[in-house]
Amino acid sequence: MASPLMASCSSIFGAKSGSSFASCFSPSIRAHSLRKHALNKVLAVMAPARSPRSPSSTGSVKHAMTMTEKILARASEKSHPEPGENIWVNVDVLMTHDICGPGTIGIFKKEFGQNAKVWDREKIVIIPDHYIFTSDERANRNVDILRDFCLEQNIKYFYDIKDLGDFRANPDYKGVCHIALAQEGHCRPGEVLLGTDSHTCTAGAFGQFATGIGNTDAGFVMGTGKILLKVPPTLRFILDGEMPNYLLAKDLILQIIGEITVAGATYKSMEFVGSTIEGLNMEERMTLCNMVVEAGGKNGVVPADETTFKYLEDKTSKNFEPVYSDDNARFIQEYRIDVSKLEPLVAKPHSPDNRALARECKDVKIDRVYIGSCTGGKTEDFFAAAKVFLASGKKVKVPTFLVPATQKVWMDIYSLLVPGSGGKTCSQIFEEAGCDVPASPSCGACLGGPHDTYARMNEPQVCVSTTNRNFPGRMGHREGQIYLASPYTAAASALTGYVADPRDFLL
Amino acid sequence: MAMAAAASAAATVGAKPSFSSHATHALLISRLRHGLSFPKHISSSCPTLASRSAPKHLPLRRPPRATAAPAETAPATFHGPCYVLGDNIDTDQIIPAEYLTLVPSKPDEYEKLGSYALVGLPSAAYTTPFVGPGATRTRFPVIIAGANFGCGSSREHAPVALGAAGARAVVAESYARIFFRNSVATGEVYPVESEGVGLWKECTTGDIVTVELGENLLVNHTTGKEYKLKPIGDAGPVIDAGGIFAYARKTGMIASPSN
Repeated sequence: MASPLMASCSSIFGAKSGSSFASCFSPSIRAHSLRKHALNKVLAVMAPARSPRSPSSTGSVKHAMTMTEKILARASEKSHPEPGENIWVNVDVLMTHDICGPGTIGIFKKEFGQNAKVWDREKIVIIPDHYIFTSDERANRNVDILRDFCLEQNIKYFYDIKDLGDFRANPDYKGVCHIALAQEGHCRPGEVLLGTDSHTCTAGAFGQFATGIGNTDAGFVMGTGKILLKVPPTLRFILDGEMPNYLLAKDLILQIIGEITVAGATYKSMEFVGSTIEGLNMEERMTLCNMVVEAGGKNGVVPADETTFKYLEDKTSKNFEPVYSDDNARFIQEYRIDVSKLEPLVAKPHSPDNRALARECKDVKIDRVYIGSCTGGKTEDFFAAAKVFLASGKKVKVPTFLVPATQKVWMDIYSLLVPGSGGKTCSQIFEEAGCDVPASPSCGACLGGPHDTYARMNEPQVCVSTTNRNFPGRMGHREGQIYLASPYTAAASALTGYVADPRDFLL
Repeated sequence: MAMAAAASAAATVGAKPSFSSHATHALLISRLRHGLSFPKHISSSCPTLASRSAPKHLPLRRPPRATAAPAETAPATFHGPCYVLGDNIDTDQIIPAEYLTLVPSKPDEYEKLGSYALVGLPSAAYTTPFVGPGATRTRFPVIIAGANFGCGSSREHAPVALGAAGARAVVAESYARIFFRNSVATGEVYPVESEGVGLWKECTTGDIVTVELGENLLVNHTTGKEYKLKPIGDAGPVIDAGGIFAYARKTGMIASPSN
C-alpha cells in the first residue's frame, strides 16, 4: 500500500518547506516499516538539536514561532520560549472531573491548608462525567466530594447532577467534560487549558494549548494558577485534498497514528493545517485533536478561523486572541497527506496504531457496536451514523449502543432533523434500525468503569467502537477485542455484523 | 527573568497561605525552573546532581516500604526480584478504570490501589500476578519494561498504584509523558530509562536485580548481566523527597502548609 503520507524535515532550521511532495528523507515510511525497532530506539522524547541562539534573539528581533510556542509565550510572559525549555505558565482554565477531582482536591487541601482558597473560582471548571449512572457507592461519593468542594469554594462552573434516575431532571448536568467545555464556551483560541484527563487535548481544536495533567500538578494549579511546562517542539501535518464522503476526521487521525506510532509524538505538539482541515467543522476538528494523546502527543492544535469564530459566537463573551504559526516557524517535521487517497480505517486490537483498512477486516465477526465518548459521541458523530443507517434502510445485526457525550448531544439526537431523511430525527432512524435507545450522557463504557456501567464489555466480545483506545481491558473485559473506527464504519459494521467498509452503504 | 515572572505571579499567588512571600515564590520559580526537568535534559543540565548530599529522612505521606533501601543513604539502590513487561504497557493495564473510584489522597484507598496494581495485564501473557492473591503489596520492587511505558490516561492512580504496592523503580526504554511527570510529581516510583533496548527481553520475572541509581546501573544477578541506565538527573531528588511539594518544602522553595 503506497503511503499517502510524506514527511519533510527541511524546516528544522527555519527554512520553509517547499510545495514539493518530495522529501529529503522519509522517516514516516521508515518508521512504519521498522515500527518495532523504531519504538525501541528512536521514538523517544527529546527535543531536537538546535543551533545556538544568535545574539540578536535576546533583543527585540521578532522570532518565528509556532502556534503552540506563541500561546506559551503569552502565558509565560516570555518573548520567545524555546522548545525544550521549562517555563512557568499562567493557566486560563483548569478542568477536573469525578475521577481525578477528589484526589486533586485532597492534594490541594493537604498542601495549601484546609482553609485555603482556590486561585480563581471562575477559572476552575468541574464536570462530573465518568461514573455517574452507577450504584457504585464510592463513585457516587466522589461526585458528592466535588459538590461539597464547589459549594465551599463557590466555584462558578460546576455542572452538577443529583438525580441519577433521570439526567434530564438536572439542567446543570452536561456530560463528557471535553465536549461540555466546548459547548459551554470554556474553549477559546490562544488560551491555556489544563485538565486532569489525557483527552483534554481535544480543546486544541479551538487553537488553544490544552493538555492533560495528573492530580498533583492539578492540585498545584488549583492553588497557584501556574504550572511548570516544557515547551514542546511541533510536528506539522498538512492535510490537503477533497475529503471523500465516506471518510471522517477519525479516519484521518487513525491514519496519522498508524504512521507515526503510539509514541511518535511523545512530548511534542501536533499542528493540523491544510485545505482539508479548513473544511472540517468544529466537532470534526475536536475528533482530530482528541486523539493526539494516542500518538503520545502533548497537545494538538488547529488554527482558529471563521469556522471557529462562528462556533464561539453564542458561547463566550470573553475576548480572546488567536495566534498562528509564523511562515518560517520551526517544525521538527512536516507530514503531507493527500486525503482524497485515503480509505476508511480501523485500529485493530490492542493498540491505536494497529492500523488496517476497514475492508481488510471484513472477515472479522463482531458482537457489538458502541457509538459514544468524547471522540465519537458528538452530534456530528450520531448524524454520521444515522446517515449510514438511512442509506441502508436495514436493521443492525448486533447490539448497537449509543451514548451521547452530553445532554446537548442527546437533545440534538431527539430534535434535529437528518438531511435527506424526509423529516426524521436521529433517534427515529436509530429506532428503525434496531439500535438500543440512546443512553444517559456520560463517558459510559469507553473506559469500562464500574460493573453496572451501561454497555460495559463484561464478556470477552469483539466490539467496533467510535472511542479512542483499544488497550486490553479498556472497555471492561481483559480479553475483549476493540476495533476503533469512525461513526460511518461503526454503523456499517453494525449493519453487517462484521467489520465493514462504509462505502458499501454510502456510495 | 525569574523576578519578573515572580512579580506577576505575586499578584495572584501572594495571598495563598503556603506562598508566604514574593521572595519565596521567586525562589520557587527560579529553583524549579532549573530543578524539575524531564529525562533527556537532565543529565547534561545539572552535572552536580550525582554528588548531591544525602536526602534527609522526611515524613512522607506514603507508608514505609518493606523493600525500600534506607532513606538515609544516597543515592538510592533497589534490590530484589524484578517483574518484566513488554512495550506499550498502558495505564488501563496498570490500573483498570473500574478502580479509579479509589481516591489516592485517602490513605486507606491509597493502600487499596496498590493491591490492584497491574491487575489489568492479560493473565494469559502474564501468569505471575504482580500482587499475589489476597496481598496488598508486591514482592517485586523493580519493574522492567519496554518502550512507551505508561501510555494512555493521565490518571495519577497509575504511578500511585505501583508505589502503593511497594514498587520503587521502573526501568523502561521510554515513558509516556504524563506517566513520567506523575511519577516525579508524586514521588511514587523512580522512572528510570535504560541506555539500550531489549533489556526486558533478556530478563525474566523473578530474576534478582539491583538498580544502582548512583552508578546508573542495573545488575541482573540471576543472569549475571549488567545494563547501563540513563541518569535520573534532577528528577531523582524530587522523588527522594516524596514528590514535588515535599521537595519544594524541603529545599525551602515554599513554606509549610498552614492549618
